[in-house]
Amino acid sequence: MIEENVSLPRIHYLNSHYGWKSWLFTTDHKRIGLLYMVSITLMFFLGGFFALLIRLELLTPQADMFTADTYNKFFTLHGVILIFFFLVPSIPATLGNFLIPLMIGAKDVAFPKLNLLSWYIFVIGSLFTLWVVAVGGIDTGWTFYTPYSTTFANTHVIAATLGVFFTGFSSILTGLNFIVTIHKMRAPGLTWFRLPLFIWSLYATSIIQVLATPVLGITMVLIAAERFAKVGIFDPALGGDPVLFQHMFWFYSHPAVYIMILPSLGVVSELISAFTWKRVFGYKFVAVSSLMIAIFSFIVWGHHMYVSSMSIYAGMLFSILSYLVAVPSAVKVFNWTATLYKGSVSYDTPMLYALGFIGLFTIGGLTGLFLASMGLDRHLHDTYFVIAHFHLIMVGGAVMGYFGGLHYWWPKMFGRMYPEWWGRLSALIVFVGFNLSFFPQFIIGYLGMPRRYHVYAPEFQVLNVMSTAGSSILGVGYLLPLVYFIWSLRYGKVASNPWRAKGLEWETTSPPPPENFLEQPIVTEEAYNYPTRPAQPGKQTGKLTGGLNPPASPTATATGTGREAEVV
Amino acid sequence: MMPLTILTTCFNWTAAALRLPLFPEQASANAPNVDALYFFMLAVCGGVSIAIVLLIFYFAVKYRRRTPDQLAEDAHVPVALEWAWIIIPSLFFMSFFGWGAFLYFADAKAPKDALEIACTGRQWMWKFQHPDGQREINMLHIPVGKPVKLVMVSEDVIHSMFVPAFRIHMDVIPKRYTEVWFEATKPGTYHMFCSQYCGTEHANMIGSVVALEPHEYQTWLNGAATGSLALRGEALFNKLACNGCHTGDAEARGPYLPGLYGRNVQLTTGEVIVADENYIRESILKPGVKIAAGYDNIMPGYDGQLTEEQIIELVAYIKHLGKKYEQFEPVAPPTAPAPRPAGQNPDQTLPTGNVKPSMTPGTSPPATTAPAGAVPTPPPASEGTRPKPN
Repeated sequence: MIEENVSLPRIHYLNSHYGWKSWLFTTDHKRIGLLYMVSITLMFFLGGFFALLIRLELLTPQADMFTADTYNKFFTLHGVILIFFFLVPSIPATLGNFLIPLMIGAKDVAFPKLNLLSWYIFVIGSLFTLWVVAVGGIDTGWTFYTPYSTTFANTHVIAATLGVFFTGFSSILTGLNFIVTIHKMRAPGLTWFRLPLFIWSLYATSIIQVLATPVLGITMVLIAAERFAKVGIFDPALGGDPVLFQHMFWFYSHPAVYIMILPSLGVVSELISAFTWKRVFGYKFVAVSSLMIAIFSFIVWGHHMYVSSMSIYAGMLFSILSYLVAVPSAVKVFNWTATLYKGSVSYDTPMLYALGFIGLFTIGGLTGLFLASMGLDRHLHDTYFVIAHFHLIMVGGAVMGYFGGLHYWWPKMFGRMYPEWWGRLSALIVFVGFNLSFFPQFIIGYLGMPRRYHVYAPEFQVLNVMSTAGSSILGVGYLLPLVYFIWSLRYGKVASNPWRAKGLEWETTSPPPPENFLEQPIVTEEAYNYPTRPAQPGKQTGKLTGGLNPPASPTATATGTGREAEVV
Repeated sequence: MMPLTILTTCFNWTAAALRLPLFPEQASANAPNVDALYFFMLAVCGGVSIAIVLLIFYFAVKYRRRTPDQLAEDAHVPVALEWAWIIIPSLFFMSFFGWGAFLYFADAKAPKDALEIACTGRQWMWKFQHPDGQREINMLHIPVGKPVKLVMVSEDVIHSMFVPAFRIHMDVIPKRYTEVWFEATKPGTYHMFCSQYCGTEHANMIGSVVALEPHEYQTWLNGAATGSLALRGEALFNKLACNGCHTGDAEARGPYLPGLYGRNVQLTTGEVIVADENYIRESILKPGVKIAAGYDNIMPGYDGQLTEEQIIELVAYIKHLGKKYEQFEPVAPPTAPAPRPAGQNPDQTLPTGNVKPSMTPGTSPPATTAPAGAVPTPPPASEGTRPKPN
């Protein structure tokens, strides 16, 4: 972080209008982004609270805190809330909403009113879910497997599926909005291959949101129809096929994994570049890999179903495709690593999150290869190995990326900095807590502990205790930012571009004016066009130390925005 | 395999030193194969993870920003690297795929001589029926050194049979047979879990697999014998008046059932399918769905009138019919191909009392249809796990 001597702009999007109406009826993408941020933060801590209760119950092999039914409701609510109401909207709806127009030099998204509508739809979906929580919960697991969910469960399945159904529309509308915005509203000169990688990843995400979410919607409606009207679709007693449900569910829910992780991959590309002052290595490969992931994500769903009685030949196909989808992810990891090479690496909070992300995402991705293997999945299916794997991707990946992005763009959003030292501490605590929570679960899983067990065989206890200890540390790591972010809104040091990062979003004031840019920006250069210094002839480039290292060119020191003049 | 063995040993030593279990017991013929692949992938993926993390650390430290204004250095990294790290990982991925698929394929079908045990899952218990009629709940006795095939069906929701020590796993689905097989290699008692969430007491839908030396298994069988599945199926067959139409006569209204199992059957639609367990089951419950060529759709369906266990008995009877409708001898029927141990209790009699008197669809007139109408071709092996297009 670089000390700046700036003050807040006189008029910005936060103080241009006052009153609750100016928020609830706003069409400003930045304010809508903040509305989303507040809503999903509530959902995040609610879902996290359930996670903590689950881990507490698992401290001992016996059921000593909750009954079986209560436990089943907890893990279901944990999954439903955190997946559909936190992870899916997380980065696109908050950072994406806030940043896409800023990053492409537009005044707003293409359909501002639709944008506000999508938030209201999200709130309606959330209210359904909160209602379910209030009146007694749901116990089907977030996967809603039939015929349990349609015929046998005695809980509030219909309300929960309707909540998911509604929030799906919010996701579709957001995706649609982003696609049109990115196609039609880029600033002059901003060609596709000049776009920041965050935009590429959100574009890929939006495609999945628009194409896959309708399948989830119809699946939820079919569950409700079978439960309510006894239409025989999934329950074999009514003439249905329970495995059909799994195909439909995973046709959405596997691509949905990429809805959750792709935006984080984009955030990390931004972070790696901003904190090495270097163009991301292999820009085009990283950009295109996002699209490849989006395309492949649609044809790998069957790897959730190797032991579901699906044909082994179909299983083979899904297995090989699942390995192919891992290639573009690997490409990203290698390119990030190569970007560090000869960079100017700083260790600010967002970068710590990004580095943690790379490590955890790598391991999360590689353990996915175990599950993509038919021979291994026959043992690992539905064990804690699966739990550990997807939490590495979802929490170690998606959530770390979200937190990294929040820390990185916080001064852009509010014009103030959080306390850097506390930020680094939280990144460290999250990393340690996360690893302690989930690494033991890989071992528990290979040992054979199935998921969704509230009582378990005593030999699994030591590892479960470690995991629970880790989850409490993780909880502290997540609460810290909540506290210092709120603190910083009032007391944080005023900042404009403390990272001296490149990118159109940093070309305007922090916080931006309501119309984003005072004049239409025109793009004349590649993304991440940071100045560099010539490589030292000979060897040991690393021994350049102290202030003896002169900038390569007179402009080089002004790596920042070049627009500080606008900052009043 | 040598490096893998060493790796395994190292892991086990570490585990022992930490007093932590790290790997489940290997108790089936399949387990060492699965573990070998696991260790291979662990070695490759662990190596890659460590390399990447170390590289990141190295770069992050070596190229750290030493002065606030230090710029990135001009760096030339050949683009060929991109292709290298696309192609090399892909090759490794393909090796993972190939090995995994090979393992899965090699074990997809049970050997022909496998001991067949019927398994019924329900909320929240496992029920087993041995070929000779022994029944167990949440406990499965099997012999060591002999392939055992579980033919499974659920009475309610989807369950999943999981025996970690055997490294096997298969979903148990309502109204559809799935199968899984294993060969225990070590006597002992092993966990059996339901791993597909199935409701309130999911975590208590557990049990034990007891692998016994063959002679001990024999002793156990003798102690628990109650009359074979086929015998009970035969009684049921007669009681339901199936034999009224499936008479075996030339003018019989129902197809000829002996030898049906595993054969190709031509349907009225012209389609030819294999008569596996799922087909026989469907033809009992919903005979109108697939009608054997040359027969009319006149058989009443028994859907909802039979328990899963009764269906298993009927299917067992039809499967065991060799060449003709033979009355199984009350004593150790020679036609039943189930492994009938030598020391079997010879006093075993037809336990008609075991057939629940409640199901009496005998009210429906003797009717006919479904199975058989067979195109006699060499019988393909059972494909019980394959979902059929319906």
